[in-house]
Amino acid sequence: MKQGKAFTYGDNIDTDAIVAARYLNVSDFDALKSRCMEDIDDKFASEVNIGDYIVAGENFGCGSSREHAPAVIKACGVAAVIAKSFARIFFRNAINIGLPIVECAPAAEETERGDVISVDLENGIVNNLTKNKAYAFPPYPNEIKAIIDRGGLL
Amino acid sequence: MTLTQRILAARCGKKHVDVGEMIMADVDLALGNDITCPVAVKAFAAAGCERVHDPDKIAVVLDHFAPNKDIESARQCATCRNFAHEQGIKNFFDVGQMGIEHALLPEKGLALPEMLIIGADSHTCTYGALGCFSTGVGSTDLAYTFKTGKLWFRVPQAIGVTLRGKLKENVCGKDVILDIIGRIGVAGARYASLEFHGDISSLGMDDRFTVCNMAIEAGAKNGIFPVDEVTLEYVKDKTDKRFAKTVTADIRYDSEIIVDLDSLRPTVARPHLPENTVTLDEISKEKIKIDQAVIGSCTNGRLSDLKAAYEVIKGNKVAKGVRVIIIPATQDIYLQALKLGYIEEFIRAGAAVSTPTCGPCLGGYMGVLADGETVIATTNRNFIGRMGAKTSKIYLASPYTAARAALLGYIG
Repeated sequence: MKQGKAFTYGDNIDTDAIVAARYLNVSDFDALKSRCMEDIDDKFASEVNIGDYIVAGENFGCGSSREHAPAVIKACGVAAVIAKSFARIFFRNAINIGLPIVECAPAAEETERGDVISVDLENGIVNNLTKNKAYAFPPYPNEIKAIIDRGGLL
Repeated sequence: MTLTQRILAARCGKKHVDVGEMIMADVDLALGNDITCPVAVKAFAAAGCERVHDPDKIAVVLDHFAPNKDIESARQCATCRNFAHEQGIKNFFDVGQMGIEHALLPEKGLALPEMLIIGADSHTCTYGALGCFSTGVGSTDLAYTFKTGKLWFRVPQAIGVTLRGKLKENVCGKDVILDIIGRIGVAGARYASLEFHGDISSLGMDDRFTVCNMAIEAGAKNGIFPVDEVTLEYVKDKTDKRFAKTVTADIRYDSEIIVDLDSLRPTVARPHLPENTVTLDEISKEKIKIDQAVIGSCTNGRLSDLKAAYEVIKGNKVAKGVRVIIIPATQDIYLQALKLGYIEEFIRAGAAVSTPTCGPCLGGYMGVLADGETVIATTNRNFIGRMGAKTSKIYLASPYTAARAALLGYIG
């Protein structure tokens, strides 16, 4: 993946923070882009560029089952989400719609907002070019990889 | 195997499954609502699918922003309605018949012991109270199940929760689950099952639904109770099927939690995470002023919840300046509460009573909060902005505790 800048967040970023339920009277993900991260980071939607990354702590995407959360992140052009860990439903939703997600605690720990990073999904490496550091992460299980390789579940 | 693993094994045709194993299992019931179903319908069509695998194994409930709160919601409901009609889905519940999905499906006998249920709603874990495996998934998952009748799962490990003693007066299932979440945290059961055992008999079905409903708030994949006399009594007039009590003697858990029901106190979760728990005894010292109280939702909108509120509210008036909104979760619960005189007392006390809807719980409508306002709610999430403006504050509590605050004007 190409280089992009990192938007960093803490632990337990819930799906209401990613896209608040009050906006879910529409299911057009492009129309919801301007609401992404609104309640915790009012700059994200205007500053994010295609190919940027979200980097977060533990339990990213906890709360609701809304697929709008990974779908709107994807619609914003985010190349991948890197976190210490992911909430279960967010994890499966991201895999099912083809949003790359990477569980890599050391990278999540050390990355600062604005750092330029890139992800090598094939070889399992997160590169932080600003800090000149590389972090390895384990590959997906074969069953999950098969879904990703198909471009999603359906 | 755990209670969960037994059901997963049976539904993928195996004698045994192991933790971490990926399986493709048969789904007995798949649920969608007016927020998640339109996304599934779009994904279903985009994948070139025409007919669902089995319309009788699908339920669609319009409850989140229904009765339609605006034109956009009306369009989403119309998408669901058209899909249900085209596909011959008879378990489609529209305004007038609908209720909050997780109260409605058990009431209709659609969620039963031993089933494997998925729902594109995170609180689908509620039905585990009946001894089934039930979990929340996304809309693409739902579309996949529409098409194939199956879905992929990773076999979860389990945390055993042993209940000891008996619930005391004014302490209920909400206090049990808030206490657990407070102890293990919002990620404490991530990817795992929460399996409840021990002295479960003092928890009626409504309490068990509340406990399993908020398993997701500890990050759990599902919550599940064994089938006992209480379960069998609940389901007996809802289905012709007959079930056996669960044998649990041979189950061993890697980690266990003990909840002492005898000493459990009414519990409140402070903003902005359900894990920020404190006993009512402690928090009442702060006399936190409230602007609104909401009693309802898939967590606490059942008859025994309304009864708890009624016992507190009857003959009293709600505090001046507090807006109290009470929402029976289904039409049947509403009717029973009406017959029992609860609704009249609520209205006389100065509360507003609404037709079933999820509305205020997710900041949709029917009680959205302004900047800086404080609510005590019997709902399930107190995340930033969940019920309105991002500077509003949500305290989660039981119907008993919320009703008390409604009269006092503060949490006490």
